[in-house]
Amino acid sequence: MFDKTQFPAENVAPTAGHSVFRLWWPGVISGVTWATAFSVTALFPNHVRTPAAQSLEACEIMIIIFSGFSVLLGNMSSFSSLAHHGRRIAALGGAVAVWEVMTAKTGWLPLPFFPSPQAILDVYRVDSERLAQSVFHSLLLLIPGFGLGSLTGFLVGVAMGWSPEARYWGHPIIRLLGPLPSIAWLPIALFIFPTITAASVFLIALATAFPVAVLTASGVAIVDSRLYDVGRTLGASEGFLIRTIVIPAALPNVFVGLFMGLGASFIVLIVAEMLGAKAGLGWYLQWAQGWAAYANLYAALAVMSVLFSSVTMVLFAIRRRLLRWNRETVEW
Amino acid sequence: MVRAAQPNTSETKDFPGASVQVRSVSHAFDNDAQVLPVLGNVTFDVPSGETLALLGPSGCGKSTLLRLIAGLEMPKRGEIGVDHVRVVGPDPSRLLVFQDPLLLPWRTVKENVAYGLEAQGIGKEKERVLQALQMVGLSDFAAAYPRELSGGMAQRVALARVLVNRPRVLLLDEPFGKLDSLTRMTMQEELLMLARRHTFTTVLVTHDVEEALLLATRILVFSSRPAEIILDLENNLSFPRFRDDPEFISLRRQSLVALGHGEEFFR
Repeated sequence: MFDKTQFPAENVAPTAGHSVFRLWWPGVISGVTWATAFSVTALFPNHVRTPAAQSLEACEIMIIIFSGFSVLLGNMSSFSSLAHHGRRIAALGGAVAVWEVMTAKTGWLPLPFFPSPQAILDVYRVDSERLAQSVFHSLLLLIPGFGLGSLTGFLVGVAMGWSPEARYWGHPIIRLLGPLPSIAWLPIALFIFPTITAASVFLIALATAFPVAVLTASGVAIVDSRLYDVGRTLGASEGFLIRTIVIPAALPNVFVGLFMGLGASFIVLIVAEMLGAKAGLGWYLQWAQGWAAYANLYAALAVMSVLFSSVTMVLFAIRRRLLRWNRETVEW
Repeated sequence: MVRAAQPNTSETKDFPGASVQVRSVSHAFDNDAQVLPVLGNVTFDVPSGETLALLGPSGCGKSTLLRLIAGLEMPKRGEIGVDHVRVVGPDPSRLLVFQDPLLLPWRTVKENVAYGLEAQGIGKEKERVLQALQMVGLSDFAAAYPRELSGGMAQRVALARVLVNRPRVLLLDEPFGKLDSLTRMTMQEELLMLARRHTFTTVLVTHDVEEALLLATRILVFSSRPAEIILDLENNLSFPRFRDDPEFISLRRQSLVALGHGEEFFR
């Protein structure tokens, strides 16, 4: 029976985590998989010709050490965001080990199409300057193109959503030209614009503008018209209504359009660079293929995926900031 | 809360009510090929400072009449005047509160209340905004977003958004229609407090007979569409008004009979 006045102080129920030390299992598994990857890389002879594996081994050792620490610290709440990736890092170690076996150690996957992990890592050592320049040149097309396209699309969309006259003229153009992949304009863009850069920027802008315009217009069209009544009685002019009601109300839709436009602009960027340009990531892919430098190709693809994912993340961060009032759940 | 604020003479001067003249107003909606008459030759006057209730079956055209007075639509025939000046468009001196709060979800409570002042280029005027929020008892929620408010609170913000502009005619379109009955009662009381302390003219559209009798000094009962006035009822009951007061019951019966109820089945 319970004490009537108080629970005795020594009868505290044990709580997890406090004094009891627990291993963090994802860290243990990660240590094992990456140790396997390291031993495969370092201890077995190569079956095919492949670059020196020092940098790969260094990475593997670092992750092993890191995993060792995480076995002790992984349960601490301050590591929780990093710990979230624990099982993924562990799985990656296994994948690297298998990859290493199938390429460098046995040659089961044929060269030159399937390079070893160390061959791809080696590209970043040897060719980082050219890759950095390619990223720079791609951004030089992507940023002005996407910026110009989203601005144009947004303005056209607001005009079409707000003014029946703009909708009358805009609708057939969007309906007929919208479904055309903008890269199909490449041959025409190449002779209209003085430089390949200008032509590529134009095509990226075109690819971005259509989805942004369509979604902005529909965002404006679905605004509750009673909000306009509220605004008009409170003394708002047309410009003020557009600024304070139409645009904020359409913003969630605008961001869907921007997200779609961004995807389209990546495609156009890479294709335009593959077909016409003398620099950029698309050109790098083309160049690497020309030399049958498949390790460079994979290395460039990895750079591209990190770059495009980061750009998308930036877009979502802006969206999260502007749509604070709106509880959206979709995140990047 | 409204109750806590002390009556203030300078505040009263800020709210001089205006009189409203409705002269042989008819209105109709053009639906495709069909013309749907909603108001049939309606004439009445609202003296400055009066609280008038427009009572009628739902869908009869009462709300349309409010939109016409607000200047959001022009009548097909007839004229509407405020202080004998013809209404030709919306103006912040005649403001509507709708059944839904219709707050801007991307603006905080404070920013919603300040909307009218910004739109008219008066500037943010923090003092006036806070004062209006105080009037409806929501000072603590100035920085909240509308999604964080309950229905009653949101409707209070809608009221504050109107009051901050010091309207001369307050047009209420079933403003408490979607609130639970306790919140509705509280807000009815608060509205009475406001109407007493300030002198704005109020036109209240409702289909709730008791609400009309509790709040208004005069009641116009409308027929179903196209709406025409079938009863013009003075309500001189003193405050506080009691629902079981014999005079109250008699007025309610008169209104219900005019609306076509209370003859056969209910008494």
